[in-house]
Amino acid sequence: MEQMMFGIMMYLVALLTIGGIYAVIALGLNMHWGVSGLFNAGIAGFFAIGAYTSAILTTPTSIKHLGGFDLPVWLGMLASMIAAGIVAYAVGRICLRLRSDYLAIATIGIAEIFRLVLKNESWMTNGTRGIANVPKPFEDLGTPWSQLAFLAVVIVIVAAVYVVVERALNAPWGRVMRAIRENDDAAEAAGKDVVRFRLEAFVFGAMFMGLGGAMTAHSFKFIGPEATEPLLTTFLVWVMLIIGGSGNNRGAILGAIIVWAIWSMTQILTGFLPPDLAVRAATLRVFLVGLLLQVVLQRFSRGLIPEKSPTAAAATISQKVTPAP
Amino acid sequence: MTEPRPLIAVEHISKSFGGIQAVRDCSLVVHKGSITGLIGPNGAGKSTLFNMVAGFMPPTSGCIFLDGQDVTGKRPHELFARGLVRTFQIPHEFSAMTVLENLMVVPAQQAGENLATALFARGRIRKQEQEIRDRAEQVLEFLRLTHLRLERAGNLSGGQKKLLELGRSMMTEAKIVLLDELGAGVNRTLLADLATDIERLNRDHGYTFWLIEHDMDLIARLCDPVIVMAEGTVLTQGNMADIKANPAVIEAYLGAGAAEKAPAHGAAG
Repeated sequence: MEQMMFGIMMYLVALLTIGGIYAVIALGLNMHWGVSGLFNAGIAGFFAIGAYTSAILTTPTSIKHLGGFDLPVWLGMLASMIAAGIVAYAVGRICLRLRSDYLAIATIGIAEIFRLVLKNESWMTNGTRGIANVPKPFEDLGTPWSQLAFLAVVIVIVAAVYVVVERALNAPWGRVMRAIRENDDAAEAAGKDVVRFRLEAFVFGAMFMGLGGAMTAHSFKFIGPEATEPLLTTFLVWVMLIIGGSGNNRGAILGAIIVWAIWSMTQILTGFLPPDLAVRAATLRVFLVGLLLQVVLQRFSRGLIPEKSPTAAAATISQKVTPAP
Repeated sequence: MTEPRPLIAVEHISKSFGGIQAVRDCSLVVHKGSITGLIGPNGAGKSTLFNMVAGFMPPTSGCIFLDGQDVTGKRPHELFARGLVRTFQIPHEFSAMTVLENLMVVPAQQAGENLATALFARGRIRKQEQEIRDRAEQVLEFLRLTHLRLERAGNLSGGQKKLLELGRSMMTEAKIVLLDELGAGVNRTLLADLATDIERLNRDHGYTFWLIEHDMDLIARLCDPVIVMAEGTVLTQGNMADIKANPAVIEAYLGAGAAEKAPAHGAAG
């Protein structure tokens, strides 16, 4: 009995850890789509760049891939954000003048290019065999403390990212971004340099996607091409944001955890099925997530926690504080 | 007496879309402090001309001067920085944002529009936000929209959205405001209010207006001079009384020969 409780607790810790990592990526996508209206369908590309950057920088020297440079994990994570940001800048300079649907197609294509390059350039990434021995912080504490400590790291990162994106959203910068999302012509006529603002938001959001990639590599102590499949890193993140509430940072976090919990638990359930059915059930999971999306959008068309106007929130507070004359 | 200074000078401007020449060799001036009207039949090229002057499309040939400086081909946000504001024929509100936010987004040079300042120096934003907010509240009061300040702009009526469009131009130190069919879809009472607002802004705040309008009563009340466009170029200009009496204008609106036929029909009836 005690053993089982322990097992369940460890499962929950793992669930929250990965859910938290997804929350960071979903916050990045919320910056792109929810706040700025940029249809980025190439999350997997920024995720992969972040994951491999941090993995190469932090692993001990190996003949199988470039480096490793044995740097501290925090430095690897920082570098993953910078690398994803630089790539986003280059991609954004080319693609952000496109209308939203074309931007989606362009970002899918670019993400696939990056993924395939990382998969095939074996001298750099060890190809399909991936990069092993990626260090995980607090690894030597032993079960369960090592897992709990890593979860704490993830929670601290999610909280920090949340504070940063929330500040950006509630500042005049966020107001301009939302205006551009609503109507870019009118924003341009109101004196805003739409191209510059979009580029800023694109780089800003992509940095968190890169960070999410790095966190994944450190969490699994391994990064290979399977981890960067668009199903897991693009499609699932989109479902998370839309279910949670596009435009709302809390919604992004909630959506990430709920959708990951459902995704992960269906894996346990299908594990009980006989082997020939279990293979087919794997595709059923994608169907189930699609169904969930339909049900949630039928009932909550703007997501579980819809976007709220910062001034509306601020005004209600100030009205409560200052009594009417 | 000195000649009134041209705020906008358009010189020999043309615009083609494929084989269609929407504007051809069009030259005109808009004087500082005036309320200038721009009328003409559908397809005369009025909106295309506005779009070029406001920087939304570059002219195929010709030059545009704003306050004496060549601004041909400049982008809309650059023209905004030089004091040119436009409104849109179809209201372009930021629909998911509140009415108040729709106005607060407009002022230029907001410290909090810099991402680094927004993240790390929020103290610097707070005071400026309060000033911008106060100004937005004043504009809302001027436009009699205060009761809707926290409403989503997308929920406003067509006429209220037009008021909001005008309001956005009041959130900045505009030298000239281009109004593209402000009156379209607005009821008579609200339209009279809008006309009063425009007169007040012109008289008390020194705004220059240039407006496209199909409502001739509004044009007659507000505009002097009135520029008439037809087939992509300026047909004539002058005060409303002259324009009404000009056979070329009647012909442009009603078709060739209409000016001669019109009285004959009247006699027959």
